[in-house]
Amino acid sequence: MEILLVLGLPLLGALSLALFGARRFAAELNVGMSFATLVAAAFLVLRVIRHGPMLVAHEQFFVDSFNVFLVALTAFVGFTTALFSRPYMRIEEHHGRLNPRRLRLYHSMYQLFMAAMFLALLTNNMGLLWVAMEAATLSTVLLVSLYRTRASLEAAWKYFILCGVGIAQALFGTILLYFAAEQTLGREGMTALLWTHLNAVKGQLEPRVLGLAFVFLLVGYGTKVGLAPLHNWLPDAHAEGPTPVSAVLSGLLLNVALYAVIRCKILVEGSIGSRLPGRMLMTFGLLSAVLAAFFLFRQRDIKRLFGYSSIEHMGIITFAFGMGGPVANFAALLHMTVHSLTKSSIFFTAGHASQTAGTQRMDGIRGLVGISPTIGWGLMLGSLAILGMPPFGVFASEFLVLTTAMRDHPWTTPFLLVALGVAFAAIFSRVQPMVFGESDARPLPHSPAMVPVFVHLAMVLTLGVYMPAALAAWYRAAARLIG
Amino acid sequence: MLKSHFIAQLLKLLAASLLLISFAMLSRRRTQRLVTLLAWQGAVLFVSTCLVAYDAGLTELYYSAALTLILKVIALPWILHRLVRRLGAQWDSETLVNIPTTMLVGLVLVIFAFGLAQPISVLATTITRNTLGIALAVIFLAFLMMITRRKAVTQVIGFLAMENGLFFAATSATYGMPMVIELGIALDLLVGVFILGIFFFQIREQFDSLDLHHLEALKED
Repeated sequence: MEILLVLGLPLLGALSLALFGARRFAAELNVGMSFATLVAAAFLVLRVIRHGPMLVAHEQFFVDSFNVFLVALTAFVGFTTALFSRPYMRIEEHHGRLNPRRLRLYHSMYQLFMAAMFLALLTNNMGLLWVAMEAATLSTVLLVSLYRTRASLEAAWKYFILCGVGIAQALFGTILLYFAAEQTLGREGMTALLWTHLNAVKGQLEPRVLGLAFVFLLVGYGTKVGLAPLHNWLPDAHAEGPTPVSAVLSGLLLNVALYAVIRCKILVEGSIGSRLPGRMLMTFGLLSAVLAAFFLFRQRDIKRLFGYSSIEHMGIITFAFGMGGPVANFAALLHMTVHSLTKSSIFFTAGHASQTAGTQRMDGIRGLVGISPTIGWGLMLGSLAILGMPPFGVFASEFLVLTTAMRDHPWTTPFLLVALGVAFAAIFSRVQPMVFGESDARPLPHSPAMVPVFVHLAMVLTLGVYMPAALAAWYRAAARLIG
Repeated sequence: MLKSHFIAQLLKLLAASLLLISFAMLSRRRTQRLVTLLAWQGAVLFVSTCLVAYDAGLTELYYSAALTLILKVIALPWILHRLVRRLGAQWDSETLVNIPTTMLVGLVLVIFAFGLAQPISVLATTITRNTLGIALAVIFLAFLMMITRRKAVTQVIGFLAMENGLFFAATSATYGMPMVIELGIALDLLVGVFILGIFFFQIREQFDSLDLHHLEALKED
């Protein structure tokens, strides 16, 4: 029932916003639908805590400790982003960059995107997972090109083609997976693509086929995670799309794509009986983290800068999942949470900052503290948090990743340290003059939405100093499941 | 037994013609010819799916064959033809690499695909198992076409050809995915093409052309 609500409410929202999206109250309706989804997700979480994992609707949907935490996170960030987008999009409309018709498209697609992500998270069927990932791409393509500028069209085209090709590779991987599963599970009852069934017999699946399948699945879904060298679409899409879209792309979609990779990794590792898939994740993760850190230095655009920072962090998370084991998985899950919260809050402030300055170029943004102290401090604190300063939660998870790496794979430590150090220098040296210094820009016509920013940062701070026992137990259960 | 053998031979013939069409697509520069070739590829897929369905006695495969016929032989080529005519994008401009070189690279890719599929094909129990290599080769060739062409429309045709290869892999290695998945994939494909249609008009409105070299402004600087 709760699952039905979590999936159905965003769909209903998409439908109603397609009808009323051009009206004055559309933004409020968007917030309302997102809030209803959040409530439904909360009930789902309660139910899973009370009754444990569950399978529903002929085993087509399932909830376990791994995906329920991502569902909760997705619903929460989806809601706060809707809260943020209300004043943000009003200001954009005020500046004449958008009209009611485009806003209708935006609101409706936003809800559809949420629905696709929930479907990807909750489905037990590897084929449906693919369909949902593709639907998530398609629903955001037109959002990236919402401003219809040359740059945004180019970004959206790149996003479509690269992710389209990537996701086609994932489909081939899924076909190979089905091919292997069919020989063990048979065609009857259509169970051959259900993850729970596959997981039960993963030891008997043909290792050669699964090995090849994993290569395709990793390349395919990895494109959507933004792993180097397939990351090209990510900074463009983040920089040219409207800011709420950058926030959900970075904070949620990358997580969901990584979730798909990890689900596949569990199956493949069980089948081929070696840690090769983990090693592949480690390599790609490390490469992305290091490469992105060096690209950070060359950025001029504030949203591009944080787009590259997302690549770096997804790299670290992928690396941690690749190492495996209870501690590294725990760290990866924690990092997924804090990165998602911090990065979306940074995009919120970056959006308002560029609205205030009238440009996304960082050398045009100056003295934010003087114009609006909340935006200035929000950006400063958010940047410190994402750079892994204690006592924020990012520090805790990065510390865990680093210590595990030192213990199990000492040769990776220098790479990780270089990536973190370079990223620190690059981001901090850019953010500092933007926040302090002189400026003659005027305040915004509508009051900015800073509540979501500080709520997110407070949560990240809390996770850094004190982790509730229930949450820790939950992460541990998920980490065990991943293996 | 004799009948099954005959069908297997026929499927091999169809697989070979699929590969041949892929090469023909690599060598063509007129966009409308490419769309026609895409439709032919769809038709070959339709026939081969029907044959597999007949041989294995699976009714659900007939549905997916019907889906192929409607979507890939009729709907998508029709939409693309209309788009090409309305956008005036009949000719593809210069290819990035000249055609003979592309063909040679294509040959290498085919060999690579067969090498990759070899260990898996041995395991397949279905009648069409030798065709997995061809399916992979079609995917790679479509990918090559996307890389070497500059026009937005041509890249999309390459994308759809890749999808054809995937579909062929699904029917040749397994007996097709479960119906729900196939419907989902078909829906995604259709929505994708519609979005691309909207996109083409937006691109042309902004750039007065569908040539993708205009879309090279976003670089690291």
